[in-house]
Amino acid sequence: MKLDRKYEEFRQEVFEFAHQEVLPKAKVIDQTGEFPLDTIKKLGEKGYLGIPYPKKYGGAGLDYLSYVIAAEEISRVCAATGLTLCAHTSLGTYPIFRFGNEEQKKKYLTKLASGVFLGAFGLTEPNAGSDAGAIETTAQKTNDGYILNGTKRFITSAEYAKTIIIAATLDKSLGTKGITTFIVEQDFAGFSIGQREHKLGLLGSNTVELIMEDCFVPKENLLGEEHQGFAIMMETLDGGRISIGAHALGIAQGALDVAKEFLRANPIKSQLVSKILADIATHIYAARLMVYDAAMLKDFGIRADKECAMAKLYASEVGTWACGEVIRLLGMIGLTKEYPVERFYRDAKLSEIGEGTSEIMRLIIGREVLKENTNNAT
Amino acid sequence: MNFDLTENQKMIQDMVRQFAKAELEPKAAEIDKTGEFPMASIKKLAELGLMGMVIPEKYGGAGFDFVSLAIAIEEISRACGSTGVIVAVNNSLAAYTIYNFGTEEQREKFVRPLATGQKLGAFALTEPNVGSDPASLETTARLEGDYYILNGTKRFITNGGVSDIFLVFATTDKTKGYKGIIALIVEKGTPGLSCGKHEDLLGLRATANCEIIFEECKVPKANLLGKEGEGFKIALSALDVSRIDIGAQAVGIAQAALDKSIQYAKERKQFGRPIAEFEMIQAKLAEMATKIQASRLLTYYAAYQKDKGVARFSQESSMAKLFASTTAVFVTKEAVQIFGGYGYSKDYPVERYYRDAKCMEIYEGTSEIQRIVIARSLLSA
Repeated sequence: MKLDRKYEEFRQEVFEFAHQEVLPKAKVIDQTGEFPLDTIKKLGEKGYLGIPYPKKYGGAGLDYLSYVIAAEEISRVCAATGLTLCAHTSLGTYPIFRFGNEEQKKKYLTKLASGVFLGAFGLTEPNAGSDAGAIETTAQKTNDGYILNGTKRFITSAEYAKTIIIAATLDKSLGTKGITTFIVEQDFAGFSIGQREHKLGLLGSNTVELIMEDCFVPKENLLGEEHQGFAIMMETLDGGRISIGAHALGIAQGALDVAKEFLRANPIKSQLVSKILADIATHIYAARLMVYDAAMLKDFGIRADKECAMAKLYASEVGTWACGEVIRLLGMIGLTKEYPVERFYRDAKLSEIGEGTSEIMRLIIGREVLKENTNNAT
Repeated sequence: MNFDLTENQKMIQDMVRQFAKAELEPKAAEIDKTGEFPMASIKKLAELGLMGMVIPEKYGGAGFDFVSLAIAIEEISRACGSTGVIVAVNNSLAAYTIYNFGTEEQREKFVRPLATGQKLGAFALTEPNVGSDPASLETTARLEGDYYILNGTKRFITNGGVSDIFLVFATTDKTKGYKGIIALIVEKGTPGLSCGKHEDLLGLRATANCEIIFEECKVPKANLLGKEGEGFKIALSALDVSRIDIGAQAVGIAQAALDKSIQYAKERKQFGRPIAEFEMIQAKLAEMATKIQASRLLTYYAAYQKDKGVARFSQESSMAKLFASTTAVFVTKEAVQIFGGYGYSKDYPVERYYRDAKCMEIYEGTSEIQRIVIARSLLSA
């Protein structure tokens, strides 16, 4: 795929950064579960925590395509750090950029996009996963703000985030129409971090439970309008899905990198090796075209639920599959920590779950396909 | 044609299932985390006669058939993947191989304690540079008087860190290729035998998998299994049998993932109803169950060939191993998917199944090797 030179130069820059700053810690943070705060700080200093946001709000003033290239290159060496970048940019920051008012942008977006703050996004709850409309966290309106009560689970980066976009319901009887979003600061009274999640992979990313007990949010921290929360969340997730696609694509590429390195050191004469390499490389190529196309649609300002869902669905399935293939190619060594592919294998599986499972992606794609004019080619 | 298990096989299935659920499953998450070898569980399994299942009673075994062994390994693996491998290695690769090729003295001295569970066995074939091609072993055996002197390193040896009896493959003459390979029985405590680093593996983490190092290790000539030059044949014969066990392990792990998925799908409610009512989930469960049943039948069929006394059943055992391990990876991946975010967390055992299942596709020959074994058998027929 031939991209404009500026993208190739940007990829090279991120590639070098990833190898110098991110890769050396990837194995360690997987083993210790330590959150790589200093790496995240460096990402911020390079402007990588606000790639698609305007310079006037502290961002790098680039576009979504540049952002997904960065997400891919970081995830290629360390998926945990890649996920932190994605969750911050697409989920923690985007809603404020897209739906925030000018004061909120000045107060929060400038700090998030410049990497001074880390951002998070709290939607998932113990009883609301795929069924995001069923959230039980309540927001009770008062004269000068809202009082939140409830529990969130599996929230990425929240322990280290300054701001968390929280979805809560003003009126459960309204279903998705009752959902409203708020910008919650970590140090608001009544807001606390619960248990850290014990996970299969992405151990160097932070995943926690959030607990809100009579947590007061001032009215100026309402994000968008009341009752607009579900639409805000869904549009945010659309963009998020492109970056999860990029994340999975980076993992798949990382696995292919391992296969190449291994085979150069240990040549295996077998047509089945060519088959494995060819299939992985071909699927990566297809996944990359889909992820980049979805990013370019976003840069054109075109709402593309279907393409975002397709990119995420396809790239994430390629990610887990490719890691599994490379483990087998390496044999028993592939099951050890001598090569990073067993880590990638554990990391990759989340892409098929987070920000909408593959099953939800298929429902979205199916719905969108039926909506289309029958004369249009898909 | 009869697909029914015999009364004896059914009894074994019930007994092992109950034992595994009560004794092994509650410890599985903890030993996965700590990597601690489940010695207490192995002692209990030995008391039930499950460490020497296919060894005749005359040598301390239970005198069961290979279908029964597959059933037992399946039920054990359904509760705990690590314990399943430990039991399989002791039963087939160590005890049965020594029984099958050993002299009367060797059977008394080595098979009896392995079959009663008094001692634990390991099978040391794989080396750092030799995985899929056992003909190119680098561990050497030099005959000096009444002893073979072993030098070399074995890697990825299940039970390695805790075994008392090792079945070791080495070459007496590298220029002879596979014809130079011998099989030697080496006892723990033999000077020059030591354990190297413990492997930190993706799955099956409680199997004391480690490196075994031989430095001028003096093994009595009486411990030669079979004859000089027969090592390669012995290794292949052992692997034919143990690939049936891997099929059984894979079926057990996959069955556990299906059990948990069915239970969770009925309990977990989204969009106002149990997710079990959604057709995409139903389709997954159906696909998982169908593939598991096919794997189980392939596995039992391969074991049945062995019980019938068929001389060569490489094709059947490789088919069982290939299909069941691919199925285990598929089924456990679908189980994680059904559990969603909870599947990715350690709150439920499915992430462990997912890691354990992957190992099935790798050891004792990757899926690619199995395909080649099957194809060679097809083409030579």
